[in-house]
Amino acid sequence: MSAVAKLESRSAQEVRRVALSVAGWGLCALALLGVIFPLLDIVGVVAGHGIAALSFELFTQTTTGPANGLANAIEGTFVITLFAMLIAVPVGVGAGIHLSEYGKNRLGSAIRFMSDTLTGTPSIVLGYFSYIVFITALGWGFSLLAAAITIAILIIPYLARITELALQQVPNPMREAAYALGATDGVVVFKVVLPAASGAVITGGLLGLAISVGETAPLIYTAGWSDQMWTGRFTQSPLAYLTYVIWTFINQPDEHSHQLAYAAAFLVMLVVLAINVGVRLMVKRTKFS
Amino acid sequence: MTIRPFRLLVLCISLLIPAALCAVVLFLAGYAGQAISFNGLHFLWDETWNLGDLYSDPVTVNGYTLPMGAEYGVLAFIVGTLSSSGLAILIAVPLSVGAAIFLAEAVPVLESRARQKLSWLPPIRPVLAMLVELVAVVPSVVFGLWGIAVLVPFIGHYISPTGNGYGLLATAIVLALMITPIIASTLYDALLQVPKENRESAFALGSTHFEVVSKAMMPMVRSTLAGGIVLALGRALGETMAVLMVSGGGLNMLPTSLFSPISTIASFIVSQLDSAESDPTSMSVKALAEIAFVLFVITLAVNIAAKLLSSGALNVRSRKA
Repeated sequence: MSAVAKLESRSAQEVRRVALSVAGWGLCALALLGVIFPLLDIVGVVAGHGIAALSFELFTQTTTGPANGLANAIEGTFVITLFAMLIAVPVGVGAGIHLSEYGKNRLGSAIRFMSDTLTGTPSIVLGYFSYIVFITALGWGFSLLAAAITIAILIIPYLARITELALQQVPNPMREAAYALGATDGVVVFKVVLPAASGAVITGGLLGLAISVGETAPLIYTAGWSDQMWTGRFTQSPLAYLTYVIWTFINQPDEHSHQLAYAAAFLVMLVVLAINVGVRLMVKRTKFS
Repeated sequence: MTIRPFRLLVLCISLLIPAALCAVVLFLAGYAGQAISFNGLHFLWDETWNLGDLYSDPVTVNGYTLPMGAEYGVLAFIVGTLSSSGLAILIAVPLSVGAAIFLAEAVPVLESRARQKLSWLPPIRPVLAMLVELVAVVPSVVFGLWGIAVLVPFIGHYISPTGNGYGLLATAIVLALMITPIIASTLYDALLQVPKENRESAFALGSTHFEVVSKAMMPMVRSTLAGGIVLALGRALGETMAVLMVSGGGLNMLPTSLFSPISTIASFIVSQLDSAESDPTSMSVKALAEIAFVLFVITLAVNIAAKLLSSGALNVRSRKA
């Protein structure tokens, strides 16, 4: 890069090469700006409108009535995420344990491949599958259980692979030492391996949580929508969630609905970005993919 | 062989993943079965999707009960999906390649120079890299909201001749923004993996820094880049909410310009929920299962291609070298 100096003593070809390089760097810098600027604009627009729309009623009123708020949607997103995580964490971590500790064989590779396939499946396809099975065939109707299971299917492959990668980082001598002391399989995993990798496993759980809070498409076909608070029933009772508010209310004609949409988007983005930034600050660039 | 209960337990748990995948495939295919045999292959190249008259009595055609006049063709959605994703890739590749190169090679130089004068400077590169990665975690529906609030009015005002911003171009741009971090971070990691010796020998031959990157480093990471691009394509094909919000929801017509309203397979499935539910013969729900299955097969093929590319199975040239 110091080549820019002393241009006059250079041949025409050299000048062209240097000029091309400078132009190339310029374009690359523009490209980076082009990637980052929309993110900043999204955060700016959503936060600007969203903060302006925040109020006390937002958290106490449901979406019915004139001075309406988002209480039902906030509660819905919370319970869907809670139950999705209750299903996904044991299954995802358990599968990760199998893949890392005992999965160095053909069956393990097959499970790994299937897990990656499931990760790559569009979430709307999973949502439609749940609609066919839980809503129609099993007759649950739009419900918490169907929504939570769908979101869990979405998160489990992520969690399994992140857990696997995390456990792989634990050095083998630790396992051998534990086995040498007479520990059984379960003790080795739960008292030695998992605690040593707990940070990364928790990271995976948090990222799964962020996915769950921001997901929309599969919920449309499973949770339905309700203007009321959650009835406390697991089936036969549709429930509200924040991302639904964003995509339907922004298309309503009135200003108040737009405000609710922005407020919902702000809350969702706050949770998702806070989790992701926090995780990245705590874990120094560990690569999960 | 002794039975080890703990191993058996975690094995059973991990088998739930293949079970879920198989269930998805079997139920979609099984449910779509009637629709597949009714529609036959012209499902794929018929561009009209018509639910028929849901209020009159259903009729029986070739042994299948369906609403009068119903007709199911998905060509328009397949074309919408492929054209929007293809355009998105065209926009995203130069953006993300440039961003990754700048982040991997130029930022460290700039950073160390700036630090000579301002020693208190916080690390720049990790922050920029994090910002690029954060683009990937913004929920799809928030992208859609931004599209409606910012991008669509912009296109409508300044670019579109009809004054309508919803359509193919808006969809492609939103999709492109959503997939750039996938390509950029794949390439960024690959560039950091290039051996020091290769970089330094290119420098020693008198290359400018940009020539080192473009002529010595980029060829080495080509197949990884291709894998990242195909992976991003898979993501774009299945993207739902953002597309639904900015695509204009065009039905039964092929896009004729950048500003034509379109529907993709994914966005169409969501938008059809209400009408499918009101179909008493449930044939349209089955036809939707068929189109979901088509989407699943397309993304599966694309993801497998991405996997083969990035694992180097197709990379015959570098293997010989």
